Amino acid sequence: MAASQWRKAMNSSAAAAVARGHAVPLVAGVVAPVAETPSSPGTHWPKIAPRHLIVVFAAIAFPFVTSPFITFQVGAQSLVLGMIALSLSFLAGYGGMVSLAQMTVAGIAGYAMAVFGHSSSAEISLGWPWWLAVPIAIVIAMLASALIGWLSVRTEGIYTIMITLAIGVAFYYLVLQNYSVFNGFQGLRELKAPTVFGIQWRDPLPFYALTLVCALASYWLVSHVVRTPFGIALQGIRDNPRRMGALGFSVVSHRVAAYALSGLIAAVGGILLAWYNALMSPGSVGTGWLINILVIAVLGGVRHPLGAFLGAIVFVLLQTFAIDVIDRERFNLVIGGMFLAIVLFSPDGLLGLWAKWRSRFSPMQANTSNQRRQA
Amino acid sequence: MKSTKRIWVRSILGAAAATALLGSAWAQSGQPVKIGLLATLEGPFAAGGADGMRGAELAVKERGGVVAGRKIEVIKASSDAKPDVAVNATRKLVEQDKVDIMVGPLSGGEGIAVKDYSKTQPQVTFINGGSGAQATTLVNPSPNFFRFNTEGGQWMVGLGKAALAKGYKRTMVIAEDYAFPYSQVQGFMAEYCRLGGKVPAKAWVPLGGKDYSSVIATIPKDVDALLVVLGGADAVNFLTQYENSGGDKPMLGGSITVSQDVLNYKGKRRDSLVGTLSAGPLADAYEGAEWKAFVADYRKTYPVSAGGFPSPSLFAFVYYVNMKAALDGLAAVNGDLSGNQAKYREALQKMTLKTPNGDVKLDSNRQAIGTTFVTEVVKDAQGNLFNKVHSKVDGVEQKLGMSDADFKIGSRDVPACP
Repeated sequence: MAASQWRKAMNSSAAAAVARGHAVPLVAGVVAPVAETPSSPGTHWPKIAPRHLIVVFAAIAFPFVTSPFITFQVGAQSLVLGMIALSLSFLAGYGGMVSLAQMTVAGIAGYAMAVFGHSSSAEISLGWPWWLAVPIAIVIAMLASALIGWLSVRTEGIYTIMITLAIGVAFYYLVLQNYSVFNGFQGLRELKAPTVFGIQWRDPLPFYALTLVCALASYWLVSHVVRTPFGIALQGIRDNPRRMGALGFSVVSHRVAAYALSGLIAAVGGILLAWYNALMSPGSVGTGWLINILVIAVLGGVRHPLGAFLGAIVFVLLQTFAIDVIDRERFNLVIGGMFLAIVLFSPDGLLGLWAKWRSRFSPMQANTSNQRRQA
Repeated sequence: MKSTKRIWVRSILGAAAATALLGSAWAQSGQPVKIGLLATLEGPFAAGGADGMRGAELAVKERGGVVAGRKIEVIKASSDAKPDVAVNATRKLVEQDKVDIMVGPLSGGEGIAVKDYSKTQPQVTFINGGSGAQATTLVNPSPNFFRFNTEGGQWMVGLGKAALAKGYKRTMVIAEDYAFPYSQVQGFMAEYCRLGGKVPAKAWVPLGGKDYSSVIATIPKDVDALLVVLGGADAVNFLTQYENSGGDKPMLGGSITVSQDVLNYKGKRRDSLVGTLSAGPLADAYEGAEWKAFVADYRKTYPVSAGGFPSPSLFAFVYYVNMKAALDGLAAVNGDLSGNQAKYREALQKMTLKTPNGDVKLDSNRQAIGTTFVTEVVKDAQGNLFNKVHSKVDGVEQKLGMSDADFKIGSRDVPACP
């Protein structure tokens, strides 16, 4: 089938699906989410339902019922990786752009933090205070993300993946071989989270609280933005860029803005990741991690911002504990097998499994909720 | 039903109470000692990491899995040679599995990161696995991190002297561009320059680069030899390209350069490889009785059919040495890890460790002072090339015999003697 025909077929089926209020299948098994239309026009605030409160309460109670190790390594790490994956699932789910360079953006923020803030390499780090270094790192990463977006938005589908992968790999080799700024293979070490209000923010509990606040904020940001005129236009562009262009929307600038916004989330995640690991080395932005972020996003499902965090929790649990359940030389098989099983049985990740389960056990409820969405 | 359940609950509670009462008395004699073992079972050093684990297991097996009446329980973890992954895996062993002693990691960057982490866990004793970065024990050393293997710089001591004895007065360096080759080059040059050798040019090539033609073009005409510090397969690439461009300078090798890959080289220059000098912490052909016993034990426990190597690799050896140190220290204090392991650490610090290659002692930074072998490629009766022991240097220190003030960590430009 020619590309244009294929696109036309996709668009018409997508439009039909949107009209019926269903999720839209996109490229490579990615299912596009449809933002719930606000119940009353003019309010763009997501409604707070009891289930939101339950999740938030559980997240707050979590560190008090588990060990500091679980809090830090499982809890905080999942939230940090979840934020970086969220920046990808925002781009992929609502913008239709699968970027492999999200870890690169996070890494740029982490390295910027290490260079402008404190590290063990005194001749490289400028030693600025955190309240100056953090905003600068975020701005640099957002600019980099917008630049990556600007380079890649003219491409579609697999070509976007290729160009962002190329940028990611180029950045990896840059930090590997540059000694004057990035300290090459060794990277920059002893990146300390600041001590503010007498609290050492790298201790398990404060660090978990910090990541939780940032994760909730980025979750809220994504849920909010997709309901704004900008977010609605972005989803329109995802479904049919040509039609949106004809309606007078600038396709390129919307996409670049989406990249910049995702860069903001990835940058915050990247700074937290640098503090979590206490170091930035080329390995943190290598191909393995570029792909891991995609794995996390797909594992959780990109139709809802929650998916990124679900995927991250499963990913971190497997990475941490798979070696305990099986022979040390075979444990990667468990990790790979789990990923394969989830993607095989549910192309939309864990969220898809949840949706399937709900529609099987309470078909009526699923129908009514769909109808309510349409109303 | 109900009464059975009650009995169950009571007996469990009773058992718990009994354990709690006995616990304190039990802790010292009967309770197992948990040792965390970290090596790279993924990524570029996966084969080396697996052999490192074999080496460590061999040390545990030699003691029958029991030291001073306490069972040794080894809990394993894997990384992929990335420092962040290594720290995550170590954190799991220390904070989740609550190990008493930690052995690992394997590669240089990981070692520095785990050393940094060890400062936050003063209740656990960290013993290195295979990592050989100089900075681990030289820059901000950690009071509870011990390293019983020598590192990249120490491994090259003796090579400079042997090269001068062969008449190589000017040498060009061709090495990969990261910390381990820096330390290897430093180990060579410290001695070579002191004895009057000159290194007019150094070429730092990217790790994993396959094209050496631009480097080959810059080799000056007036050098007598090339010091090549590349990984085994890359060294063969270099040899092939150097031969094709008509080069004929003799080669000196780093510790991981003249591997079996190089010895099996089939090019025209094969015969000119005879006489190639290299240096390292072990030599397959060493005739020492302890070394031969170690090799025989390794071969018996891990035959090639079961995935073992024909001869223990560098990583099997260093993991064996470090695990042996952990267990010997435990035996020296009779299994007593009380008082935040203070006695145990003192025993490690003062110990003279018997290794297959001779005695190892620790310096004030808890870094090994040990033996280095200089080897030379020779041809046997069947025409196969192998590494013969040329000379053996004992008591090699990390600072390479320099004073604290003179010693600087190796880098691209340190040391220099053009």
